[in-house]
Amino acid sequence: MSKYMVNLKINNTAIQVEEGTSILDAAKLLNFKIPTLCNHPDLSVAGNCRVCVVEVKGARLLAASCATPVSEGMEVNTNSEKVRIARKHIIELLLSEHNVDCTKCFKNGHCELQELASEYRFGDHIFIDLVKDRDKLRDISSPSISRDASKCIRCQRCVRTCDELQSVSALAVINKGDHQTISTFLNKPLNDVVCTNCGQCINRCPTGALYERNYMEEVWNAIYDPNKFVVVETAPATRVALGEDLGIDTGKRVTGKMVSALRKMGFNKVLDTDFTADLTIMEEGTELLTRLKRAIVDKDETVKLPLMTSCSPGWVKFQEHMYPELIDNLSSCKSPQQMFGALAKTYYADKINIKAENMVVVSIMPCTAKKFECNRSEMRDSGFKDVDYVLTTRELAMMIKQAGIEFDKLEDESYDSILGESTGAAVIFGTTGGVMEAALRTAYEIITGHEVPFTNLNIQPVRGMEGVKEASIKIKNTLPDWNFLEGVELKVAVAHGLANAKQLMEVVKSGKATYHFIEVMGCPGGCIGGGGQPIPTSAEIRKRRAEAIYAEDMGKTIRKSHENPEVVEVYKEYLTNPLGHKSHELLHTHYKVRKRY
Amino acid sequence: MTNTEVLIHDLVEKHGKNRNALMPVLQGVVACEKFLSEEAMVAVARELDLSAADVYGTASFYTFLDTKPRGKNIIRVCKTISCHMQGKEAIIKAIESHLMVKTGETSPDKKFTLLTANCLGWCHKGPVMLINDEVFPSITSEKAIEIIEEFAKKTI
Repeated sequence: MSKYMVNLKINNTAIQVEEGTSILDAAKLLNFKIPTLCNHPDLSVAGNCRVCVVEVKGARLLAASCATPVSEGMEVNTNSEKVRIARKHIIELLLSEHNVDCTKCFKNGHCELQELASEYRFGDHIFIDLVKDRDKLRDISSPSISRDASKCIRCQRCVRTCDELQSVSALAVINKGDHQTISTFLNKPLNDVVCTNCGQCINRCPTGALYERNYMEEVWNAIYDPNKFVVVETAPATRVALGEDLGIDTGKRVTGKMVSALRKMGFNKVLDTDFTADLTIMEEGTELLTRLKRAIVDKDETVKLPLMTSCSPGWVKFQEHMYPELIDNLSSCKSPQQMFGALAKTYYADKINIKAENMVVVSIMPCTAKKFECNRSEMRDSGFKDVDYVLTTRELAMMIKQAGIEFDKLEDESYDSILGESTGAAVIFGTTGGVMEAALRTAYEIITGHEVPFTNLNIQPVRGMEGVKEASIKIKNTLPDWNFLEGVELKVAVAHGLANAKQLMEVVKSGKATYHFIEVMGCPGGCIGGGGQPIPTSAEIRKRRAEAIYAEDMGKTIRKSHENPEVVEVYKEYLTNPLGHKSHELLHTHYKVRKRY
Repeated sequence: MTNTEVLIHDLVEKHGKNRNALMPVLQGVVACEKFLSEEAMVAVARELDLSAADVYGTASFYTFLDTKPRGKNIIRVCKTISCHMQGKEAIIKAIESHLMVKTGETSPDKKFTLLTANCLGWCHKGPVMLINDEVFPSITSEKAIEIIEEFAKKTI
């Protein structure tokens, strides 16, 4: 279909763009930067902050360039005297309602309002300070996400994120006019409402109104405590994004540098959540095959299919709130983070002769929901809190800076052993489709004795940024134990972002779905787009991080979880076999029905 | 099901499950119960497959969709400039002392809540008072109390 082209002039430069393009996007094509606050590439247009106003020749009022489409013959000025004065006033008005305590703010240096203020170099405030009760507007009820309404500029990026990307709407616009706030149902604490702790709102908040509950001091204290043995685990998606906060290009892998930095910071052992990702595949893959056997051979009608992954704690909590009737479809496997903690304080502590009560497990995650997860009462199967502290990728970057480590100059180092070895299958847990791909690589081989029938083991149909992906594999030439699966077409689906998950769950709920296995990651793009990852985020940034994940996979000599030599060793020495007694005790969990309202 | 849930179920039957049914459903609840309780907002959210925060957000935007408990009759005296100049202050004081409440409060017998309102569009006949949906223009303190007493008699 041919698109109508529109001719216009921006700052006296002619340009032709497609009909429907906003003035803001047209100006971008000409490399004229117009400041924005409420606008975000992942969200619908709001046009409420007014920072992006421009002058359109012949128009009485200034136009919000994000919300105004171009028209034929339009003449736009993005930096006229009128625009400049208006923009300065708009920013100053926002500042007059903003608790300007930048030096103490967690988002200091990462705040878009601060950045604008620094561009415009305001002198004295020309408007009076309207922030009341500045110290009483904080909500720190959640172990994952903190809110400070005194910093909020009501751009509603969080509201749109929670609704459009996650279909949760824990946050909404409350009241109107000068009483307008962004808040929860009846202003209840965030921990008491339907919030899944995904942290996507934090990723998009332009100020310090939303930020992670941070545990940096607690972790430093543990490191400095001579009586504590501090073990750190790192999630797959952190290694492809950490560099962004430390002056390294987006999409650059920094695995070796990250290991080196963690060691220099003083962690006693630097281990890998990827190891337990491989372990998850062993447990979850076996769980899938067991459920299939019960359904097909034993004709057990109580068996819950499709099996759904349980690695993403935001997704798990979403399911507990929204689809309690599907809660038993969730795999009983703990997430790799929690499997790691449970093994670290039992098997590993024994092996290295450290008392579990003296061990502190810290995990580095691209995620804010992981902070909630490690505080769940079920997550104490070692007899202690299995994972003590969870730091986001952002917090780790800050700590690396605090430690005075010049990250870009570090030499690559390798993880400690045991619980440090991983395969390519584990690395791809970090992006949407990855858990599915890893599971299929192993399950297919267990069933047939052959590798999955895809070039280089790359299962393309489950890759990419499509909201809901479907794939199927015909099982042929099964080994004798798995004869019952001969000729079965294994059907799978993958969703990322909770709005997509909701769509998929509605199909499952209707009974029309014929899937055997479903992977859901709570965040757009999977963990690479997690709520604890460096800010900003966009489709392009997430794509580059995902490419880095797949590159890391291709670079690994072992790319199938069941071939991880350390996983084999841990089963031999300790766990015996997947879904065995010890596994049940340490690596599996159960879920709670939570109120949606 | 509680009475509130039955009421909301019936309203949703009438107005449908689309998001644009939210306003008439909320208005229907307020017409019967005088305010939107937590229970009512949750039930509306559940029926319309919305988040509770979303429903509360909408309710909190509109002055006439109250989220605080109210009496059986709601008195609203216009507080805007024309009515102010025509003596609304004296009328409010008279009602306050008659009902023994302050503006914003509900009488102990729960028969009346006294509120103020922004312009009701009766500037030519101020001061104006609204009781529930009924408009009473050109009132005096005495007349206001007389009207309120009549409502009191009708209210069980």
